[in-house]
Amino acid sequence: MFAALIRWLDERLNLDGLLAPFKHKTVPTHRLSYWYFFGGITLFLFIVQVLTGILLLLYYRPGANEAFESVQYIVTRVQFGWLIRSVHAWSANLMIFTAFVHMFSVLFLKAYRKPRELTWVTGVILLFLVMGFGFSGYLLPWNTLAFFATKVGTEIAGQVPIIGKPIMIFLRGGEEVTGATLSRFFGFHVAVLPGLVTVLIAVHLFLVQRQGISVPPKLEVQWTENPSQRREMKFFPNFMLREMMAWYVAMGVLGALAAIFPWNLGVKADPFVSAPAGIKPEWYFLFMFQTLKLIPSKVWFVDGEVLGVLGCSLAGMLWLLLPFFESDQPARTKAWITGLAIFALVYVIGMSVYGYVAQ
Amino acid sequence: MCADQTSQAGTSRRRAIEIFLGGGILASLASFLYPVLRFLVPPTVVDLGGDEVVAAKLVEIKPNSGKIFRFGSRPGLLIMNSDGTYRALSATCTHLGCTVQYRPDLREIWCACHNGIYDLNGRNVSGPPPRPLTVFDVHVRGDEIVVNRKREA
Repeated sequence: MFAALIRWLDERLNLDGLLAPFKHKTVPTHRLSYWYFFGGITLFLFIVQVLTGILLLLYYRPGANEAFESVQYIVTRVQFGWLIRSVHAWSANLMIFTAFVHMFSVLFLKAYRKPRELTWVTGVILLFLVMGFGFSGYLLPWNTLAFFATKVGTEIAGQVPIIGKPIMIFLRGGEEVTGATLSRFFGFHVAVLPGLVTVLIAVHLFLVQRQGISVPPKLEVQWTENPSQRREMKFFPNFMLREMMAWYVAMGVLGALAAIFPWNLGVKADPFVSAPAGIKPEWYFLFMFQTLKLIPSKVWFVDGEVLGVLGCSLAGMLWLLLPFFESDQPARTKAWITGLAIFALVYVIGMSVYGYVAQ
Repeated sequence: MCADQTSQAGTSRRRAIEIFLGGGILASLASFLYPVLRFLVPPTVVDLGGDEVVAAKLVEIKPNSGKIFRFGSRPGLLIMNSDGTYRALSATCTHLGCTVQYRPDLREIWCACHNGIYDLNGRNVSGPPPRPLTVFDVHVRGDEIVVNRKREA
């Protein structure tokens, strides 16, 4: 029966031809091969986000008077609603974490180099968009923490000279964070960002598929000198099967975290209460938050905040364009790019930890 | 013969592993699917309407007219006849669920969606409705008209 269906499809679609690119594709096998899994795991968590997000949409109602109550309804009245919401929240955090791991592994394994500059660029844009997902989704339950995080976050965007204020008003849907902001963030979160991210993921995967998987340069040299040492496995089914195992493990970790540590709902947002003590952004924004906190209020004649925001934006732009700073002689830039990568990693982790423990 | 036995043992061992692995994967998929299916079922809304409701104040309704009132989560129709008596019925048409209305010109209950007609006792007299409308008890308490669900006899 199943075989007959396959044959029916094959007669019409030439399944072998369709699968040929995947069958020819190989994945280099070496002691660092494990890092190749993190991009796939990030993709898996994104799929989880889409599915659980659609489920939450069945009950969620945007609007300052309804949002908190509808999430409360989901986690208290709807069967397994607490679990679905918890999976969505945990998966979001894990996705950002695995995206960071994937990015740094690409950096250290030198996989961003020619001809893969565009893969890097689309990847970094995806990371920014995923952080936008985090920022917009955080507001949707309309609780106190989300309210103030959004207030501060949009205020920071407003610090940029000239274009900052219009951006802030665009994001907030007015001068203040209100129900109008919630409507906008809801639209960004469930329509704009999913569309953009889906298209970019398609481009990103197409590039990976087209260019094959990168081999770390040192190993490439060894393998070219001594071709008998080259070790590869077929993408389909060998690597695919391992990737599925990784997804299965990710699913287990996700399910366990979501069930054992259900995500808090907090207290409904009230624009006319004081911000609670010890308020902090989500962990993936902490390193930027802490950087801004450390800059004095005036540096020479420039406002500290403005300097911080401009600095962060500039750093983001340079990060996006990183592969283009490598010269044609890799040996000359190898050292400083590796140095930069180590510095960035230490900085992000250090500032995050500092931000976490600091009062 | 010996080789044949070994290969047979190998096949059955492989089969056992396949069953365990496949069964395990299926079981875990079921454990993901079950919460999702339960999540899809909307929680039942508690009908806080009770068995009795104030349909209208005496002054709100004139002879030979009708008024839609809220009975729990569903609409009801209160009619004041020309002789000053009251009637109350479910306002949900038994055909496809539209809300019916009182027609003073016909002195009948009419559903605008598919031209269904009921008499004042709720009986379906013409058009597509398959069943009569449920009739409620009405009585006047002070200046209010109170509607009750009929007690099951």
